[in-house]
Amino acid sequence: MNTLRQFSVLPGFGLSLGYTLVYLSLIVLVPISAVFIFTSQLSLSEYWQVVTSPRVMASYQLSFGTSFLAAGINAVFGVLLAWCLVRYSFPGKRIVDALIDLPFALPTAVAGIALTALYAQNGWLGQIIEGYFGIKVAFTPIGILIALVFIGLPFVVRTVQPVLEEIDTELEEAASSLGASRWQACRYVVLPVLLPAIMTGFALAFARAVGEYGSVIFIAGNIPMVSEITPLMIISKLEQYDYTGATAIASVMLIVSFILLLLINLLQSWTAKQTGRNA
Amino acid sequence: MSINVKNIHKQFGEFTALDDISLDFPSGELVALLGPSGCGKTTLLRIIAGLEQADQGDIILDGENASNTHVRDRQVGFVFQHYALFKHMTIFDNVAFGLRMKPKAQRPSESKIREKVFSLLQLVQLDWLADRFPAQLSGGQRQRIALARALAVEPRVLLLDEPFGALDAKVRKELRRWLRKLHDELHITSIFVTHDQEEALEVADRVVLMDHGKVEQVGTPEAVYNHPQTPFVYSFLGSVNVFHGRAEQEHLQVGNEQLRHHNDSYGHSKDVFAFARPHEIKIVDNNHHEGVSARISRVLSFGIETKVELDGLNGTHYEVHLSQQQRQAQSLYIGQEVKLVPSALALFPRELETSAQAQRLSEQQG
Amino acid sequence: MSTLAIQTHPSQTTRFEKNAATREPNWVKYLLLGISLSFFALFLLLPLIAVFTEALRKGLETYWLAFTDADALSAIALTLTAALISVPLNLVFGVAAAWAITKFEFRGKQILITFIDLPFSISPVIVGLSLVLVFGVHGWFGEWLVANDVKVIFALPGIVLATIFVTFPFVARELIPLMQAQGKEEEEAAIVLGAKGWQTFWYVTLPNIKWGLLYGVILCNARAMGEFGAVSVVSGHIRGETNTLPLHVEILYNEYNFSAAFAVASLLALLALLTLVIKSYVEHKISKRTNG
Repeated sequence: MNTLRQFSVLPGFGLSLGYTLVYLSLIVLVPISAVFIFTSQLSLSEYWQVVTSPRVMASYQLSFGTSFLAAGINAVFGVLLAWCLVRYSFPGKRIVDALIDLPFALPTAVAGIALTALYAQNGWLGQIIEGYFGIKVAFTPIGILIALVFIGLPFVVRTVQPVLEEIDTELEEAASSLGASRWQACRYVVLPVLLPAIMTGFALAFARAVGEYGSVIFIAGNIPMVSEITPLMIISKLEQYDYTGATAIASVMLIVSFILLLLINLLQSWTAKQTGRNA
Repeated sequence: MSINVKNIHKQFGEFTALDDISLDFPSGELVALLGPSGCGKTTLLRIIAGLEQADQGDIILDGENASNTHVRDRQVGFVFQHYALFKHMTIFDNVAFGLRMKPKAQRPSESKIREKVFSLLQLVQLDWLADRFPAQLSGGQRQRIALARALAVEPRVLLLDEPFGALDAKVRKELRRWLRKLHDELHITSIFVTHDQEEALEVADRVVLMDHGKVEQVGTPEAVYNHPQTPFVYSFLGSVNVFHGRAEQEHLQVGNEQLRHHNDSYGHSKDVFAFARPHEIKIVDNNHHEGVSARISRVLSFGIETKVELDGLNGTHYEVHLSQQQRQAQSLYIGQEVKLVPSALALFPRELETSAQAQRLSEQQG
Repeated sequence: MSTLAIQTHPSQTTRFEKNAATREPNWVKYLLLGISLSFFALFLLLPLIAVFTEALRKGLETYWLAFTDADALSAIALTLTAALISVPLNLVFGVAAAWAITKFEFRGKQILITFIDLPFSISPVIVGLSLVLVFGVHGWFGEWLVANDVKVIFALPGIVLATIFVTFPFVARELIPLMQAQGKEEEEAAIVLGAKGWQTFWYVTLPNIKWGLLYGVILCNARAMGEFGAVSVVSGHIRGETNTLPLHVEILYNEYNFSAAFAVASLLALLALLTLVIKSYVEHKISKRTNG
């Protein structure tokens, strides 16, 4: 018996796994490894100098800061939306439910120009916000935040929604039979069950936001040290044919991506354990 | 067709699912593989079918070694526990599937297939459901369709994995009778897996009792029920009372008390388990010189028999069944101190027990 | 990572609302609905409406004009070509990967799944960069490619590779949970009944996964046609040659030709809406199947 896998009467294991591995390696792993191999041509001090130069540091701060904030906003409103979609019936619910996935399906460039049009000084919302509050949105970090909220929203809703659907009403019935108020039942019974899913959604939204490019660059204004995101730094280095600089920054982002991916995996297996369903 | 299982061994990591199993299934019989969950019975069935591969040993079908024959070519019919009906096909297409998958040269014409499928659907009495989809059928109907589908390819043996497991009690009883009748008509060698002793005893010609990957006993339902050969079989088939004691020439010493036994082979002070069925025990006054002391905790007198539950010393429990005549001859009340006298005792030396079995026996008692 | 969330059934909702233990006071319900639907309208609905109103601002005539432009037509052709090559490849990959992962037990399965998810968390810009490092003039195969006069970067092959990379997990990700839930009993039954491997796949597996597969392909297609960051790095933005639709939108926008930019964008938005409609339909089909 092959120790690598258990016996099965179903055919095609070698073919399907072999194809999967070859395709995965050629399309994904080889190019990604190129980033690290190119980076290794730099000496450690050169590398350090590139990835910690002031303009790059400012871009990390902006990218990670706005991504974190956007994921946080999505965590709150995503849970609310998931709650409403699961618990309440209201007219147009199916349409709302379907449109939640819009950011998945809408090309990022389209989202980018649409948001810019809305929040620019003469846009529908830009006018109102600047007129009433005196706050500029487009071409500032706030604009970046709005774009990142847009693209991250479905991640939270779609991880929380199925968990919320599967929560047995008996849990809340038991809580209220034991004298808990509605708020207490939600706070101490429902929320803990949802927590792993909320965190998974948060991490997914954050990971996506950190790497986002298309929807951000239109609304960001791309002012050095103020509204220049890290992916844009890579592009601008590339445009100046500074390959080593671009790859060095890319390697930093890749490492962050790997860590996030690992974290998401752990969170998903936690969710699975908490709810008894497969991740 | 006969099936011979020779020295089958199967390991899942650390866990031994089947430990050197050898069995013969004669042609035309309906045999039950009976045992608790995790005893290896389903694994054995899947190995016979060819769905699973044994680490060692051989499967002989009709005198030919089939160990390396692919399941496709073994000509076995397999009925899955959850039926595995193709959800997207009609009942007709489900039953016809096996015939349609045959190589062109062997494939019957569409009209022949139609004829065959309808005769099978008539056999399982569901020909009026041919155009439905599996989701529209009840559990019992799906079970019968799964059987018809397996029979369509004219298998040499029929293997059924927990055929009634997913059905409710009433349907299960009906289907049990129906399966027996069907087998009497077709006489195809059949093996079914079950954890329900009543099901095995009622339906099968022969019963194979399994535990922890080993065969405990093989025999007709009467033989295994009336003459259990191992403590496991004794405790698995029906309820039973266990006395822990020391066997002497004429009697069994249980604590300070004595029970008579009629077993000559236990002459030399041996630690034993002694088994007695609930109807093989008499309740007597507690001043009786022979018997084990107990206190009545519950008396359930509905139905034909009266069930008496008793607490013994050291936290043991006993169950005694009395006929209505016996019951009326005696006045029994809760809290009464009595003695128990078995009319028959089956003795098993304690050193033969694996620790796992001993543990389970004490769990059943406790 | 848009696994199919089973659609809430209307009767399920009333189940929560009818039950005293899972029901909030009405004012709380309307407050929550109000907040979340306002958020929904502000962040999802308004941008969508903006695309179409901006596109039609200067009338239908200008709108049509945006598509009859030669550059626009070549962008459409290039986008279709790239999608036509990359989607079928990812379809085959997705089915193969899902088959291996869900029908067999083997070591390292979890790691494989994680690797398949990689493109979800890697910035598209880095995808483009990595392709430049491999196939660019100064890249690994750069010299060889120049010597043999093969263009990958700033040409169709680069665009296709970037598209494949970015849309690589979509089909697999839709199929894996679906096939996992279905188990392998039906396939085993088919094999016992004498079906060959391909027959089993074609007659048993495929009918069971067709809706999930359809949605995976549609979503993969939408992302393939809409990919911006990765393609932007490798395309070179040569008008009429290596411009895909999203890049064309960018160029028009940067030239302050807003109505044309939004017109082309509205085409892509329609594609996204169509994708969502199909998704709702597929979810409806799947939930009916699992409940029935």
